[in-house]
Amino acid sequence: MRRIIAKEEVCMGCGLCEVYCTVQHSKSKDIIKAYNREHPRPISRVRLETNRPVSFAIQCRHCDDAPCVTACLSGAMRKDEETGLVTHDEEKCMGCWTCIMVCPYGAIKMDVSGKVVAKCDHCPELDVPACVANCPNGALVLQEVKP
Amino acid sequence: MSKYVIVGASAAGIGAVEAIREVDPVGTITVISEELCPQYSRPMISDFISGKASLEKMKCRDDHFWKKNEAQALTGRTAVRLNLTERYVELDGGDKVDFEKLLLATGGKPFIPKIEGADKEGVFTFTTFSDAERLATRIESAKRAVVIGAGLIGVSVAEALAKRGLEVTMVEFKDKILSLILDPAASEIVENAIRKAGVTIVTGQTVQRILGKPEDDSVVDGAVLTNGDQVPCDLVIIAIGVVPRMELVAGTDVKTNRGIIVDKFMRTSVPDVYASGDVAEAYDFIFNENRLLALWPLAHLEGRVAGYNMAGKKTDYPGGTSMSALKYFGIPIISVGIANPKEDGYEVLVKHEPEKNFYKKLVLKDNVIVGMIFVNDIERAGIIFHLMKNCVNVKKFKQELISENFGLATLPSRLRKKMCLEG
Repeated sequence: MRRIIAKEEVCMGCGLCEVYCTVQHSKSKDIIKAYNREHPRPISRVRLETNRPVSFAIQCRHCDDAPCVTACLSGAMRKDEETGLVTHDEEKCMGCWTCIMVCPYGAIKMDVSGKVVAKCDHCPELDVPACVANCPNGALVLQEVKP
Repeated sequence: MSKYVIVGASAAGIGAVEAIREVDPVGTITVISEELCPQYSRPMISDFISGKASLEKMKCRDDHFWKKNEAQALTGRTAVRLNLTERYVELDGGDKVDFEKLLLATGGKPFIPKIEGADKEGVFTFTTFSDAERLATRIESAKRAVVIGAGLIGVSVAEALAKRGLEVTMVEFKDKILSLILDPAASEIVENAIRKAGVTIVTGQTVQRILGKPEDDSVVDGAVLTNGDQVPCDLVIIAIGVVPRMELVAGTDVKTNRGIIVDKFMRTSVPDVYASGDVAEAYDFIFNENRLLALWPLAHLEGRVAGYNMAGKKTDYPGGTSMSALKYFGIPIISVGIANPKEDGYEVLVKHEPEKNFYKKLVLKDNVIVGMIFVNDIERAGIIFHLMKNCVNVKKFKQELISENFGLATLPSRLRKKMCLEG
């Protein structure tokens, strides 16, 4: 499976990963429209962690033995056996926040609605996830890892 | 003869089926459940009452789950007796299911205190989908409800009933609501939100008697509190807690305490007999002893561990602890471990900004986190949970942990890299 790796030594903390994640998860997929005309604005599923001079971006690690999948009360969080990705079904999510409690990376967010969670889905419509493709300094890279 | 027999098909039973099938694709599995459609999420029954979720949405596994896993699901059936020498489970109706490996995942049943009038029409418990279905049929015609107990179940059902427009009174014996998992400060934040939603909270009281209607004494008309006050109501929901369902093991060699005692492989004291979920007393990594913890995620994990071991893949249960995520009345809360220590010897770190409803509390023992409460700002709570589970010494950065900017970047670089690379 593929995993997104953060290289904190080259991260400038620009936050473009969050911007492009928001755009990719918007209805319009257009940066201007997503930021100015979509209310509420879709949240970014990647989070830039900063504590100057340290910065790096973190998103769902799609863990092999994912604690969020085991803990999920509603069956919304699943491990896709083919792709190795942890998928989240918004329709099934009950917004109980149990996955947030057990994610060691703090990588699961409350969605703007406050009723369900949102997390990285590796941008299924793209060959390379938006945060990786748009990182100007190569601080996010996509790597093939053994399952 | 079925190779694996599982009694109970909720969180633990489902986890066991999945784990067994990962290891053993062919061994026959029989699952016995009293419920007709057991593959739903019990914590969601309050969403069913509020109207937010249908049974379809509540299903945590789809209807093909049993078939797909080639497990024979005997639904709507009750296991009435165990014969551990001849290795079979006897069902209602007298038929027997032989087993090689048995998992007891019978769960919990609502604790019902002795209250005069608790047998009246309009009194409900709130554990299973059938409970919720029964209650749902009465909501349209009801105006007022009394909820006995302000723990997780009580608060969840109170919210659901309030959303349906009922006038709700919650009666709690302790001084504070959610007292098992919160401290007074966090409790108060929730209490304020609950009152704002129009629900009345009565603490330090319980219901001593349930009154019947003058025209028909068998139908609920009100509740009498310990201080003699009368609360008129059409519904009474008993939500005091659950106790393990241990009827099946009574009189057998399976050792019990408050629940069925299991080792780290989820084995009971009888060979080839396992237990998981709310009925089992499994390892708590904070208390460093076995305890009863009636929590869905732990039940599921315990079921998985039991399943692996039953199928021959030696797997340790890593342990759980009291861990609750709450969403009720619009206040997200995460509470883990010893959140409100009663004894000395603990260090407590608190950051409380009442105007923002921001509350973070950590409880430390010898510089290791043993308890936490996060209110509202909960997204990074899992990082703390991870530090807790791994007994990380946080001496050098403990003040950072409750700051508003806390995140992975605030952790010491060696620890952070270890955590991030592991994933």
